[in-house]
Amino acid sequence: MTAVVTRQPETEPPEPQRTEWPRGSNLRALMSGRRNSVLLLGVLVAWVIVGTIMHGTHTLEIGGADQIGIQNWLGDRANDIQLASSQNFFIQVTHGISDGLNSLILWLQHLISTPAFPRPYPHVGFLGVVVIAWLFTAITAGWRMSILTVACFLAFALLGFWEESMDLLIVTLLAVAISVIVGIPMAILMARNKTARAIVTPVLDVMQTLPSFTYLLPLSLLFEIGPAAAVICTVIYSLPPVMRIASHGLLNVNPATVEATNSMGQTSWQRLRKVDLPMAKRTIIVGINQTTMAALSMATIAAFINGPGLGQPVVRALNALRVGDAFVPGLCIVLMAIMMDRVTTAASQHSENLARGQARNIAELRGRLLIAGAVITTVCVYLGANYTWAAKPPSSSAGTWLANRVQEVIDWISKHWSGATSTISDKFTTIFLNKVEYVVAGSPWFVTGAAILAIAFLLGGRRAFIAALVCVAGLRWLGLWNGAMVTLTATLVATVFVMILAVVFGVWMGRSPRADQVIRPFLDAGQTLPPFVYLIPTLALFGPTRFTAIVAAVAYAAPAAIKIVADGIKAVSATTVEAAESAGALRIQIITKVQIPMARSAFTVAANQGLLYVLSMVVIGGLVGAGALGYDVVAGFKQLPLQGRGLAAGFSIVLLGVMLDRITTYTAQRGAKKAVES
Amino acid sequence: MIKLNRLAIPLAAAGIVLASVVPGVASNIKDAKVDTTSSCGLLKIAVNNWVGYEADAFVVGQVAKKRLGCIVNYVYVDEQISWQGFAAGNVDVVLENWGHPELFDLYQKKLRVAEDAGSIGINGVIGWFVPPWMAKKYPDITDWKNLNKYSKLFKTSESGSKGQLLDGDPGFVTNDEALVKNLKLNFKVVFAGSEAALIQAFRSAERTKTAMIGYFYSPQWFLAEVPLVKVNLPTYKTGCDAVAAKIACDYPIYKLDKIVSKDFANRGTSGYKLIKNFQWSTKDQNVVAKYITADGMEPEQAADKWIADNPNKVNAWLKGLVKGA
Repeated sequence: MTAVVTRQPETEPPEPQRTEWPRGSNLRALMSGRRNSVLLLGVLVAWVIVGTIMHGTHTLEIGGADQIGIQNWLGDRANDIQLASSQNFFIQVTHGISDGLNSLILWLQHLISTPAFPRPYPHVGFLGVVVIAWLFTAITAGWRMSILTVACFLAFALLGFWEESMDLLIVTLLAVAISVIVGIPMAILMARNKTARAIVTPVLDVMQTLPSFTYLLPLSLLFEIGPAAAVICTVIYSLPPVMRIASHGLLNVNPATVEATNSMGQTSWQRLRKVDLPMAKRTIIVGINQTTMAALSMATIAAFINGPGLGQPVVRALNALRVGDAFVPGLCIVLMAIMMDRVTTAASQHSENLARGQARNIAELRGRLLIAGAVITTVCVYLGANYTWAAKPPSSSAGTWLANRVQEVIDWISKHWSGATSTISDKFTTIFLNKVEYVVAGSPWFVTGAAILAIAFLLGGRRAFIAALVCVAGLRWLGLWNGAMVTLTATLVATVFVMILAVVFGVWMGRSPRADQVIRPFLDAGQTLPPFVYLIPTLALFGPTRFTAIVAAVAYAAPAAIKIVADGIKAVSATTVEAAESAGALRIQIITKVQIPMARSAFTVAANQGLLYVLSMVVIGGLVGAGALGYDVVAGFKQLPLQGRGLAAGFSIVLLGVMLDRITTYTAQRGAKKAVES
Repeated sequence: MIKLNRLAIPLAAAGIVLASVVPGVASNIKDAKVDTTSSCGLLKIAVNNWVGYEADAFVVGQVAKKRLGCIVNYVYVDEQISWQGFAAGNVDVVLENWGHPELFDLYQKKLRVAEDAGSIGINGVIGWFVPPWMAKKYPDITDWKNLNKYSKLFKTSESGSKGQLLDGDPGFVTNDEALVKNLKLNFKVVFAGSEAALIQAFRSAERTKTAMIGYFYSPQWFLAEVPLVKVNLPTYKTGCDAVAAKIACDYPIYKLDKIVSKDFANRGTSGYKLIKNFQWSTKDQNVVAKYITADGMEPEQAADKWIADNPNKVNAWLKGLVKGA
């Protein structure tokens, strides 16, 4: 989820624009903008007309169990991998890696989550684990955060998911550790070497646009199902943020400082250790924060390949449609997300405070307190390792109670409201969704393809056209064209709603600091939730349909888009707004004629983020009846004969993501350039 | 003074290691009792995602744990992914296998990591079912030839102009896409996503007398609550399902069997022998499944209840493995 938040620097929330609102001075730019809109409308009208006339022909729809061309080839390769496992050197290496990781994870589990039989409790008992977490947070993020951590750990135990929570913690932290160990050196390389940056950046782009579900299958083939594959999946998903942000931070180290220290004759290594890393420390920790959040959301999804942790009870309960039972582990995931987010954010602030140097006596006090903390921790670990009262996590019936209450509410809603919710879902589907799908997926493939290319060209220019051309050709070649178009429809429809929310709430927040203050914490919380959590309430309300997936996707993508728009509106210079006000403009005029046009690039960025968030959620929606590519990925993962099709669906989703990303990115860049020109 | 700061971390680390290693004075954590005569050890049972399977898994698991002293690990994975677990070594047994000749081919013949451990005594039936009220109102609907006549009744927002045929979890054994295509039926397969979603759909279709046709199977405890009526597809003949994309006949009768990893079988532990002996009936399974779903019991409790009520059947599985059985 956090993956896309961190894309840098091209899609970063725009700098406050220093340009003034064009007062007819640049007629040409304005005219060309208008001409483009007319052409765009023309393309859409032509698409609808030609699509309707030729509806249902050449749609490339294939039967649900059919595999064609390249998909068969992919399926055969997947089989080869499994067959070759005993002789092939490469497979032996991957299996070796997974064996090593598995024993490491098992060792950690024996320490804190699952006891090593016949011992009844893990080696470090409950008290020990809580106190270690407390001390660690206190050292890295300050005393206040350590209280939050202890509260969350207590909640895990009291809600009845202690073992699963600790398992999730192991997988997440291990993945973060690997990401940091691999990512920081790579980031240094990227910051120092232009060629490396040029090679690595597009790879990171793809890694981040890749919806997490798509690599479960290939990785489970290479690394076998189990905790090791779960960690490796998680690393792939969580590595990009830290690499991107750390290299960004290292690149932006004050050049004057570097020059000054260079002139003193420092070596490259000295520069790294004494200048670059300390100065970029805070940014690097922000990167670790993003990486941690990404890792957490992926680690829950890894339950599908037998990854240990809180994802497992959620998946099991969703399977049995026991929303109440899914709610409680879902709540634990949310608590863990909030805890990790707050702690790593505070850690970055804390590191700055320490680096600035506090008053001498405070540092002394802090040192003493930390020593005391270390002694307390030692004692508690000793107690937890040896005495039942300290080893056993406290238990309560709070979890069951909560699950039952939630289930009662859900039952009540589905009993009394099921008519209303299914009417909403049906109406929306027939009136809106099916109409769009009729055009996008029901037109011949070459009509839709041509329309996409034309739109890409008009919006984003030549570069967007080329990117779209490559992706459209790839989608055609992979043989799941129709499924891809159904998925594209759901993505576009959901993004429309995301943008409506972004405009309404974003403008409101951008104009009213109080609204911002009230709403922003909710958006922050929403952004820390792993995508999986969104399925639980929507599935309960609307049952397994495409509509459910769209609602979940909108809920998942809206917070990021709203924040970007709010920041964009806020950045519009106050003097411009004041000038318009004194000229007697009405509030609505100020919004529509001044603030929104001037924050235009914020809208394109929001649309970019919205599209990518929505796409990744629509894929997960394959689990709850959304069909199309998401379903193909899930089915390919679950059924051996459909592996090839599942892999092709995964690649198709990547192409869709890259295409949408490129078109919106180039559109944003063009918009920014135009704004500067005028 | 920064030194004190720096000191805290190594000090804590050393303390933690020391504290967890040094034996405690009057430590009261005792190892669980291990039955030294038990030759079972660790038993890793795959749990697939339908409730009948859960009944198999937890009854066998609880017997293995309580009577043989096995350490039982339940591995929650999908039907076919369980077989990958044979190769990876994290699954010992799949307790209710429905056919899957392609998996036998890969994992038994080619990779030699799995083998059949005999039937569980239950025959499985897969097919298309309609709620009882429909069979009463449209008696000829149970013949597949008449399905197109009624396809309009089954239209939903998800199936468009065609009738909706509701399937379960994408991982379940299904030929439905091929059947719809090859029998030229005006239907579209829509996946509900899980067994529970299928059951809910059938239940509300019967209650509100709405039209519905869907994939279902027996044994399934829900058939006792709502006796769904099976639609007859063209009769199954051996080999008519050889090519997946060309299937135009009904599902075969499945002899549900147990699959074990080769390695586990070779070790021949008491747990393995229990699994070899394990057999029960459709009725038994439905009782446990109903405890779990309709009565909301935890799977372990449900299994324990059935085990307590059926000592003779359980003892038959344990013959020669424990005293008194």
